[in-house]
Amino acid sequence: MSLNGAACIAGIYEHPTRKADGLSVMRLHADVAKGALEDAGLTRDDVDAYFCAGDAPGLGTTSVAEYLGLKLRHVDSTECGGSAPILHVAHAAAAIKAGRCNVALITLAGRPRANMAEAKAMAAAAQVRANERDQNDKKFSGPPRLALRPPDPDAPELAFELPFGPATQNLYAMVAKRHMHDHGTTAEQLAWIKVAASHHAQYNPNAMLKEVVSVQDVLNSPLVADPLHKLDCCVMSDGGGALIVTRPEIARDLAKQKNRPMVTVRGTGEAPKHNGRGVDLSYSAALWSGQQAFSEAGVGADDIQYASLYDSFTITVLMQLEDLGFCKKGEGGRFVMDGNLISGVGRLPFNTDGGGLCNNHPANRGGVTKVIEAVRQLRGQAHPAVQVKNCHLALANGIGGALAARHTSATLILEGV
Amino acid sequence: MARIVSAPNILPETAAFWQAANEGRLLIKQCRSCGLGHYYPRDICPHCLSADTEWKESLGLGTVYSYSAMGQGDEAYTIALVTLQEGITLMTNLIPNPAKQLHFDKPIAPFIGAPVRVCFQAASNGQQVPVFVLMDI
Repeated sequence: MSLNGAACIAGIYEHPTRKADGLSVMRLHADVAKGALEDAGLTRDDVDAYFCAGDAPGLGTTSVAEYLGLKLRHVDSTECGGSAPILHVAHAAAAIKAGRCNVALITLAGRPRANMAEAKAMAAAAQVRANERDQNDKKFSGPPRLALRPPDPDAPELAFELPFGPATQNLYAMVAKRHMHDHGTTAEQLAWIKVAASHHAQYNPNAMLKEVVSVQDVLNSPLVADPLHKLDCCVMSDGGGALIVTRPEIARDLAKQKNRPMVTVRGTGEAPKHNGRGVDLSYSAALWSGQQAFSEAGVGADDIQYASLYDSFTITVLMQLEDLGFCKKGEGGRFVMDGNLISGVGRLPFNTDGGGLCNNHPANRGGVTKVIEAVRQLRGQAHPAVQVKNCHLALANGIGGALAARHTSATLILEGV
Repeated sequence: MARIVSAPNILPETAAFWQAANEGRLLIKQCRSCGLGHYYPRDICPHCLSADTEWKESLGLGTVYSYSAMGQGDEAYTIALVTLQEGITLMTNLIPNPAKQLHFDKPIAPFIGAPVRVCFQAASNGQQVPVFVLMDI
């Protein structure tokens, strides 16, 4: 079953907050749902399908449906980390084509930054109390760790990983290290990806990092996990986003009402990659998800005018560029140099909202904002300074999980007419 | 304060691995049906789905596939993927060679392809976990 033309993205919304003090995770999901419905020109009661991933509280689809008072006939809580919303668009298109629903709502939201601040404040308060109890006790346990869910005791792989300190940073760093070894890629080349993102972020008033940075700024930032510097890493932010996916007939009417291009799903792909049958860090699952999506859309990488690429780290972007076919394997470093990803300057404008590297990375998941900025480009709603001229074909790609361990790539090709 | 090595959660399927680690031996799983080794160890072979898998003792020798140093001062550590001579690749840590430290030598910097051998380090509960040291070359 081809999903080419099966559905359209009729509504988008990105939460403006980057630090959700006083806002619960569920409230954020509700905010973005309302925002996307308003953008689409639909109401809550038009929604008959709902999609979310592991960032949704409680029982996922059921709990969010309860909070929002949704009446649903189709739900899908496929969890694959940050790429989930991109994959949800494809699943929604399939459900629409199969006649299971007409209007699908997809949400992603979270508040890791506020959670961290609250945990630090609690730890500091506990420290003050401890100091008052014993002035001689100066032992400080350091800043609290990222509050992640406790490891799943039934996940068999964790015993063979957790003792060795896998952090997201060093798992991606090992891919970068290997790429440098195999292809001569340099830290300077990786830095160009951040430079391009920062050029775009300067026009986004909501972006966490609005300052334009240079290659040297990236190289001068502290080494986090060799060879990745602090500025090779995405921001941590709160917020979220939502998408409304509808049957084309509905989207056509809505686009007419709103007097803007209709954004249609042309190609979709999804694939997990893991180390179950051996370790090979030379490519990502984007190789497989990309092939599916391009084949379904009947277009090639050369046809793509704008790309939203998952940018948890600079190396993530570089791997996707190669695996999606924007350049040959090993040539990603040369491809990204000299502003080749900067809108109006280079061959492939990417992440014109500033991406995860500069704008936001809500709930530590960048998937939904990738789709949102691609839709903005196709509608001509990106900031004028970064809007791609006559943008009709865009791609959004996500990598959820960790490149050096298990991850799932989702590719979406969208057309705006 | 050195980084705390978290204790592995031991499932019945891998109890033999962790018992051997406490005895200073690195076990890997091999499939009697297809002949291929795999890691992390499981009952069911991920190559052919046969349940006819057996434990083999690894020589504990391999090369660095990739690595990354992270953390500051006492908390600094190096995560790595090491490819064993038996052909499988595992996640581990590279640790300074204790013998070298004793002689106040500068530790050898890791590199991709560097030969390594297994040694064992205690996790927070005393369970030994396999880590690797760079060999003299």
